[in-house]
Amino acid sequence: MGGRDRRPKLAVWKFASCDGCQLTLLDCEDELLALGDAVRIAHFPEATRGRLRGPYDLSLVEGSITTKKDVARIAQIRRQSRRLVTIGACATAGGIQALRNFAGQPGLAGQVYPEPAYLDALATSTPIAEHVPVDFELRGCPIDKRQLLEVITAFLAGRRPQVPAYSVCVECKLAGQVCVMVAHGTPCLGPVTQAGCGALCPRFDRGCYGCFGPMETPNTASLASPLAACGLDRGAIVRLYRSFNAAAPAFRDESFRNERD
Amino acid sequence: MKKREEVRTLPEDGLERLIGLVRSRGYCLVGPTLRDGAIVYDEISAVSDLPAGWTDEQEAGRYRVKAREDAAAFGYNLGPHSWKRFLYPPRTQLWQTTPTGEATLQPVGAAARAVQELDFIGGSTTPDRPFAFLGVRACELSAVAIQDRVLMGGAFPDPHYQSRRESALFIAVNCSQAAATCFCVSMGTGPEVTGGFDIVLTELLEDGSPAYLARAGSAAGESLLAQLEHGPASPAELDRSRVQLDQTAGSMRRELAADEVRGLLAANLEHPRWDDVASRCLACTNCTMVCPTCFCSTVEDHTSLDGTATRTRSWDSCFSLDFSYVHGGSVRASTRARYRQWLTHKLSTWHDQFDSSGCVGCGRCIAWCPVGIDLTEEVRAIASEPGDRQETTS
Ligand code: SF4
Ligand code: SF4
Ligand code: SF4
Repeated sequence: MGGRDRRPKLAVWKFASCDGCQLTLLDCEDELLALGDAVRIAHFPEATRGRLRGPYDLSLVEGSITTKKDVARIAQIRRQSRRLVTIGACATAGGIQALRNFAGQPGLAGQVYPEPAYLDALATSTPIAEHVPVDFELRGCPIDKRQLLEVITAFLAGRRPQVPAYSVCVECKLAGQVCVMVAHGTPCLGPVTQAGCGALCPRFDRGCYGCFGPMETPNTASLASPLAACGLDRGAIVRLYRSFNAAAPAFRDESFRNERD
Repeated sequence: MKKREEVRTLPEDGLERLIGLVRSRGYCLVGPTLRDGAIVYDEISAVSDLPAGWTDEQEAGRYRVKAREDAAAFGYNLGPHSWKRFLYPPRTQLWQTTPTGEATLQPVGAAARAVQELDFIGGSTTPDRPFAFLGVRACELSAVAIQDRVLMGGAFPDPHYQSRRESALFIAVNCSQAAATCFCVSMGTGPEVTGGFDIVLTELLEDGSPAYLARAGSAAGESLLAQLEHGPASPAELDRSRVQLDQTAGSMRRELAADEVRGLLAANLEHPRWDDVASRCLACTNCTMVCPTCFCSTVEDHTSLDGTATRTRSWDSCFSLDFSYVHGGSVRASTRARYRQWLTHKLSTWHDQFDSSGCVGCGRCIAWCPVGIDLTEEVRAIASEPGDRQETTS
């Protein structure tokens, strides 16, 4: 390189999450060396103890906001980041831990912790974008490695990432997969879920679980009839929507609708 | 009668030998095969790959394979795949560039810009081996003819499609039954294969085992049939094949008023039925993906860490928001606008653009729609109470 290091500084931050999404970065085994050449890893505790001071050119943020400290920390990270991209269902929708938003946190905490009084957590788990402006949201539980590289290379080239917001059905059909709902009667959330996984579950004969959250125009009310024809009762439909993206508005509202009606 | 038009009886092992012959001539033979609970199109190498003894049952939003009581190899109708998968693949790399040497700084006005020499690699337009398609139905040949007009008919033929299309061999088969979702009779595209084939087969069952009649439709087909010893079909066999086609045509349960629909839809762009269908439509794109004539695509550029840039074409759909995105937003933002675009293009404005309907009556969009939206029913609903509502909205 010689002289001043001009490579952009990449930082990876964690909030309430399982680390699976940031580990996707380390899963990029074939591309990792090239990535190390293209950027300076400035902050990534899962990979290195070394730390560079901010500001950072690109911050990848994993996890949801669940404590008062989180609220202050994300604001500080935002101030230090030229571009901030949230990664995964926790950061973009609140994650599985947003189930507390439905049950009421004190009730749930009592089932898990012997002394819930020591907990200092917010009543809800919320996505990063509810607290600070976000430049791009990368969906998935976990995120897809191909899409992560797409976002990083797009950032390096100064172009828009090609991350489509259409349904999983598109990827299913591009792959030549036989529709598990139409041909097997297996309930599938693919028609209301955003593409990104490459129709992973249908390719293994299972219905989509909605890991990538709602697609651009989710018609969940209409999907209720094929789901019922596949044998799901109202309760099962509620549970299907209440998983990794339970608090994403389209999925949340549909679970409420099925609970109510 | 010219030899080529003669209908012949294939010997008992005729189909197996035909498959072997086609493959020995260097073709990639693609045909029907049972996989993942459906009859799909994939590379095959022997009669044993065919879905002998299987059929398909179809309804709006529902498809099931079922065992037959006989050993018919073509005793099914249509699955989720169409030949467009091979002639117009879901993803095509158009070109790639790779950087050569180091970037240099060159003045641009008062500033300087890094300039990089690039190697340009055009995407390959030809398949490794030409395709031979086995089991092609009458409606599917009409669909290929429609895509021919769209993709090769104008001043700028698509080279990727053209090279695949012009080297392909079509071994068609007359339908011996119709699925509940078929309506080729009313579209004038079937069930009898009448043109666009190299060989057409008729499958007749003798005590539950298949026997085949064959006719050549091109010099390539004739040269293949010439290598199988065979006699002319008997009058009784010809009779049976005629009766079989008549029964197939007579059993068709769905229909579409092909002549009237063009004007009907054009005159009903504000019909309340569009709102009704929009409340059911998932905008999932399945109908367009399975349709053998839909050709819409998107072109995307990707860069990689090593400096390579790739331009790729992929199937897209008028049901996605990005498809009609122009600066500032999507032109067809509502599902109502997108479903209407699909149906009016397919059945009405396609005539203005390409001189034919865009629908061949295969029924795939009916079966593979997760919520069972049936275009013949949507058209009937508009026809039964025509007349736009007064206010105009988009
Ligand atoms: S299997 Fe699921 S994702 Fe695939 S086409 Fe069917 S409904 Fe869509
Ligand atoms: S519109 Fe439907 S019935 Fe017509 S050709 Fe396309 S898939 Fe077949
Ligand atoms: S008509 Fe059916 S298959 Fe087509 S986009 Fe709507 S829901 Fe999907």
